[in-house]
Amino acid sequence: MALLARLRESYLLHSFLRDPVAVGSFIVVVLLVTAGFLAPVLAPMNPYDPAQIDVMDSELAPAWIDQDSSFLLGTDSQGRDILSTILYGTRVSVLIGLGAVALQAALGIGIGLISGYAGGRVDAVLMRVADVQLSFSTYMVAIFLGAIFQATFGVGRYEQIAVPFLIAVIGLAEWPQYARTVRASVLAEKKKEYVEAARVIGLPSGRIMWRHILPNTMTPVMVISTVQVANAIMSEAALSFIGLGMPVTKPSLGSLIKSGFEYIFSGAWWITLFPGVVLVLLILTINLLGDWMRDFLNPKLYKS
Amino acid sequence: MNVEPANTAPLLEVRDLVKHFDISGGLLEQLTLQGGRMVRRRTLVRAINGVSLTIQPGETLSVVGESGCGKSTLARAVMGLYQPTAGQVRYGGERIDNLDSRAMMPFRRKMQMVFQDPYASLNPRMTVRQILEEPLRFHHPGHTEAEVRDKVAEVMRQVGVRPGWADNYPHEFSGGQRQRISIARALMVDPAFVVADEPIAALDVSIQAQILNLLMDAQDQRGLTYLFISHDLSVVRHISTRVAVMYLGCLCELAPADPLFEAPLHPYTQALLSAIPRLGGKASGHIRLTGDVPTPINLPPGCVFHGRCRQAAQRCREEVPALREHAPGRFVACHAVEEGRI
Repeated sequence: MALLARLRESYLLHSFLRDPVAVGSFIVVVLLVTAGFLAPVLAPMNPYDPAQIDVMDSELAPAWIDQDSSFLLGTDSQGRDILSTILYGTRVSVLIGLGAVALQAALGIGIGLISGYAGGRVDAVLMRVADVQLSFSTYMVAIFLGAIFQATFGVGRYEQIAVPFLIAVIGLAEWPQYARTVRASVLAEKKKEYVEAARVIGLPSGRIMWRHILPNTMTPVMVISTVQVANAIMSEAALSFIGLGMPVTKPSLGSLIKSGFEYIFSGAWWITLFPGVVLVLLILTINLLGDWMRDFLNPKLYKS
Repeated sequence: MNVEPANTAPLLEVRDLVKHFDISGGLLEQLTLQGGRMVRRRTLVRAINGVSLTIQPGETLSVVGESGCGKSTLARAVMGLYQPTAGQVRYGGERIDNLDSRAMMPFRRKMQMVFQDPYASLNPRMTVRQILEEPLRFHHPGHTEAEVRDKVAEVMRQVGVRPGWADNYPHEFSGGQRQRISIARALMVDPAFVVADEPIAALDVSIQAQILNLLMDAQDQRGLTYLFISHDLSVVRHISTRVAVMYLGCLCELAPADPLFEAPLHPYTQALLSAIPRLGGKASGHIRLTGDVPTPINLPPGCVFHGRCRQAAQRCREEVPALREHAPGRFVACHAVEEGRI
């Protein structure tokens, strides 16, 4: 309750409400994410359940074009309702995006903190590892690992563990972004006298890093977190599009776009277009929110 | 105020302390070409070069000197924030400069520090209560919730901050109040020895007196011993028992406050004290030094002050003067004083 009262008086809320782009983006993101996670309740059918799919319904046009169609946004080549697959697909995409960012953040913040605080050789080694990691693109790592994985365990097994696999690959490929940002902030913070005061008290290094330095480096972490969620969703969509992401049986937004791609020229444009619009909307609004947050947290633009 | 240091056992002793900082950077930056050969060259900042002093229980020893003379480095080396390059720091007769963090723990309860910048020395993400409770809970994990609260309130009252403000964040306080909180944090574990590193340099003049009085009151009530770092000479005369004058990482003169201010012996102390502005006084007697302070990277041979000293002789350029007791309690490191030239 006290937290809520404080939020109501805060400059954060004031600044947020005065920015229509931020408010609009926030509403769209919240709508998309809740719709995704409420998919089993909201969706007209369950695309994971073969019993509900009728192949005779395949490639039906959206309801406003084909008056006979009972599917609002049409169906895909297997007869699945596009609206339902989009809802379920959004859930998968958001899940992978958040999961990958959580993994990136855990790795990157830990490594960045240790690297910045310890300095010297530890710092040099960890940062060179980060440089090497950054020199491989996410897609290269994912394609390489995905190909090996599918070859060893078979496509069937892969379909079952596709979500954790993608989270791990995208998370492992992008942690240096966090590590570098956190390290830079730690280098600035650890020279301040409050860190020396903590050392004079005799606190162990781990506690100084965790309780004193980390909370003061959270500002840039929050900004890159939003941008990285959008990036992770985009990476997943790209991987799915080239066939190394989510399987068609458990589609994400990326694999939906891919599955409809072959039918665009045969007139079934809706299979690709609607998931594409949702993907663009999701990434655009998350990035706009990130922009707002960066401006809000930038002291040079403070209250201007 | 002017207590002659008794011949009791010192509370803190610094012996031939040396602290050098390596600023040469990475291996690649250290390599230079010299006469066709690759040579690895290190650049050292010689911040402290063989400083020895003792601090008696209950006294205030002030260290004065201009910026960059190593006084803050000395304070941090005494507190164990910097590992000395050579030399020893002893507290109550026990050597503490080579202890690991676990063995250092009992001394952390006895030695605390007050920092210069009250805007940087308090963690902006913690409330005053969290800041003050942390040292207490860490060193006395057995204390109950009520004991901790009472102690925080008691110390806050003692430093003149209303205990009702404990749940506010540091940015909600003024500079003077923050410095009071910083002092409160140092007092939370009931230390016997406090290092104050320019505690009033970042404050308004009107606040400086309040903080000084607070420090002196705390000393009276708790029998504290201070190592007080400052460049404000009039303040130093006001609060010190003894004064140590530093120049370029070396101790020039160490003497009880009043004799030092009335009749400084070392040429550098004389020049430094002549620079104190006096109300109604004329500008006469001001000793104007020529040249600049040499860099601590390339220390001059011999006495570090010889390049700017009027009394410098050949011996001063070659031999480093040792700190010798010129009169009872008055230590000077100067060949000219030793030889009776001044």
